[in-house]
Amino acid sequence: MRNPFARRSAMDLSPPAKFGAFVLLLAWAFVVLFPIYWLVVTSFKTPNSVDKGPFYIPFVDFQPTLDAWRYILVELGNDTLRPYINTVIVGLTSSVIALVLGSLAAYALVRFTYRARVGIIGLGIGSMAFAFIAAALGAPLLVALASAVAIFAILAQTIGRRFTRAMGNSDIAFWLISQRILPPIAVAIPLYVLYQQVGLLDNIAALIITYVAANLPIVVWLMRDYFAALPRELEESAAVDGASIYRIVRSIVLPISVPGLVATFLIVLIFAWNEFLIALVLTSADAQTMPLQVAAQNATRGPQWWAMSVLILIMIAPVVFMAILLERYITKGILVGALKG
Amino acid sequence: MSPVLASNGSSLGLEPEEPIASRSALRARATRRATGTLDAWRSDGAARWLFIWPAVLLILVLSIFPLVASVALSLSRLAFHQGGVDLKFIGFANYQQLLFGLERSHFLGVLKSPSPLGWAIVIATIAITSLAWMRAARSGRVGPFGLALRLAGGVLLVGSVWLLVQALVSEGGRPGALIVTLIFVFAGIVLQYALGLGLAMLAVQQVPLRRFFRIVFLIPLTITPVGVGYMFLMMTDTSKGPLEPLWVALGLRNFTWVTDPWLARVAVIIGDTWQWTPFVFIVLLAALESLDQEVREAALVDGAGRWQSFRHITMPAILPVTTTIVLIRLIEGFKIIDMPNILLGGGPGTATQSMTLQAYLDWNALNLGRSAAIAYLLLILVSVVATVYVSFVRRRVTDLA
Repeated sequence: MRNPFARRSAMDLSPPAKFGAFVLLLAWAFVVLFPIYWLVVTSFKTPNSVDKGPFYIPFVDFQPTLDAWRYILVELGNDTLRPYINTVIVGLTSSVIALVLGSLAAYALVRFTYRARVGIIGLGIGSMAFAFIAAALGAPLLVALASAVAIFAILAQTIGRRFTRAMGNSDIAFWLISQRILPPIAVAIPLYVLYQQVGLLDNIAALIITYVAANLPIVVWLMRDYFAALPRELEESAAVDGASIYRIVRSIVLPISVPGLVATFLIVLIFAWNEFLIALVLTSADAQTMPLQVAAQNATRGPQWWAMSVLILIMIAPVVFMAILLERYITKGILVGALKG
Repeated sequence: MSPVLASNGSSLGLEPEEPIASRSALRARATRRATGTLDAWRSDGAARWLFIWPAVLLILVLSIFPLVASVALSLSRLAFHQGGVDLKFIGFANYQQLLFGLERSHFLGVLKSPSPLGWAIVIATIAITSLAWMRAARSGRVGPFGLALRLAGGVLLVGSVWLLVQALVSEGGRPGALIVTLIFVFAGIVLQYALGLGLAMLAVQQVPLRRFFRIVFLIPLTITPVGVGYMFLMMTDTSKGPLEPLWVALGLRNFTWVTDPWLARVAVIIGDTWQWTPFVFIVLLAALESLDQEVREAALVDGAGRWQSFRHITMPAILPVTTTIVLIRLIEGFKIIDMPNILLGGGPGTATQSMTLQAYLDWNALNLGRSAAIAYLLLILVSVVATVYVSFVRRRVTDLA
């Protein structure tokens, strides 16, 4: 048999170094997997065998039971299934939309130059505030909005033109990421009021919209770095050959940024999948998601470890499956192939 | 940003063109002039706006209202009366309470006069800051506005060190939520980045079980934060948890880490690191995988050592994305809540209470005004830290800033 630690190329590590790397990786894998193993055995325990002190190996030091699994999957049945489906829909939809919109914005911020005029932005915010105040003072909403638009248009054409200070690409990017700073706790109640006004409470659409907006800045920032690292010659030569910007993005930029796209997708999927506080505030029954179910297992009788373990395990299963499917795209082969092909 | 590609998108003969950087750019521009039709211009001009507006608009709509609403909330108190709730405007009372009033020991900490070591740290900070400022003033390269900005930054730095020293390096001082949060964030980022980079460097090697490692390392991130909290509660239980034999072997059978403030904080940091290292890992892995192998091979052939190749080729290439992860972790880390809440309920006492957790507890007690005030102080603090970070660190390592 071939030595698994043998050197495969000039760039490769020497066999002892490779063995060392392997041992370190194995050590971290243990650190990661041991708690997961503990979840798995806990999910097969009765409340009694959880309480009686640590038992490690099913059949050897405790009698495994399917009670917790039966409780979550059969007894609770639909109460588990509904949040589960919600989580899948919300997670996938919001991360795909965030990835598409965010990558386009990131690409634009890397390849185009923007100058957002500070004067115009200030005027925009000012006229919006005017509309708010007018509406709050009792003016009909339409009148308030129309006069705000009129004020904005007039001032933008006259005074607005004199302020030439502008926000560049980096300022726009920083503004985007700064929108994540406010903790969910401060955002939750205003969002509740907002969605109440448009009748989207306890509706997964509200969660999808919120998660797209929350994840966009992360997509923009990560993809901006990946795009900036791409060689520009390919795009330039395509542009010279007369390809439109859409064609360049679709046929050149997308294929070679797959590793970054996949990593970013997994990250935002996980964020949307696991979000707790906003989901807690915006949903009550129909649109509840899985993180709420996990937290709900800490009921009046204290944490239901066994049921909680089952829920966590069934929650991470699809994401791990996704990671297994997508991991292969985070590899060298693709980029090198695209450049040489 | 290179003018070459900027011109690709924006200035097809209709706006003043930027200086041309290279011969190839000149050729590209000449060709485009020759073949560029109105259609091509239209699609590029539209793309410029089409690509960025959906993202900007969505964030604008969903962020402005909460931003304004929570300012209003933070300046008021909820008053309950029959049939409803009223918001009573109380000015800056919530902020005053947190920074100077009753809640100060909770939010900033118990501040006592520094010990000798504390004084040494403060004096050293003042000395270094003023030296750096004087050097900038003498160099003549910094304008008056820049100097004023630097002076403000220096005062801010000395002020923060003074606060930290009063709470941490003093007789009877105790850190409050703000300082505890800073400890969580900075310890967490250092550990997570070091571990994440190390693991990513190892996982790009051609070792056995390579794919297995890459997927397994992602798992902690996939667990919902609340779940991770409960999982660590199980793991750290000294009597029924899986590590019980270890505690017994170490003679710590009746030992409770829960009652020691620093051990409790360490436990939170360990849990946080376990959960977030995969984030750094996967982002760096993708960055390392898209490196140009040929450059490294060429360097190796030219006799560069592994360290040199890492230092001069790999590190510069992953530095931009590194600064991005650190920024994102900085922003997200300040919002730490689940781990200290579930593991310790913010205890012992308030030893592990982060700012978000304090805001959450106030929120639960329906003290929405103070909760919003804490959130806003957090916003200001993180904005300052992030701005300083972006202008001092990120701008130096990347032209994206």
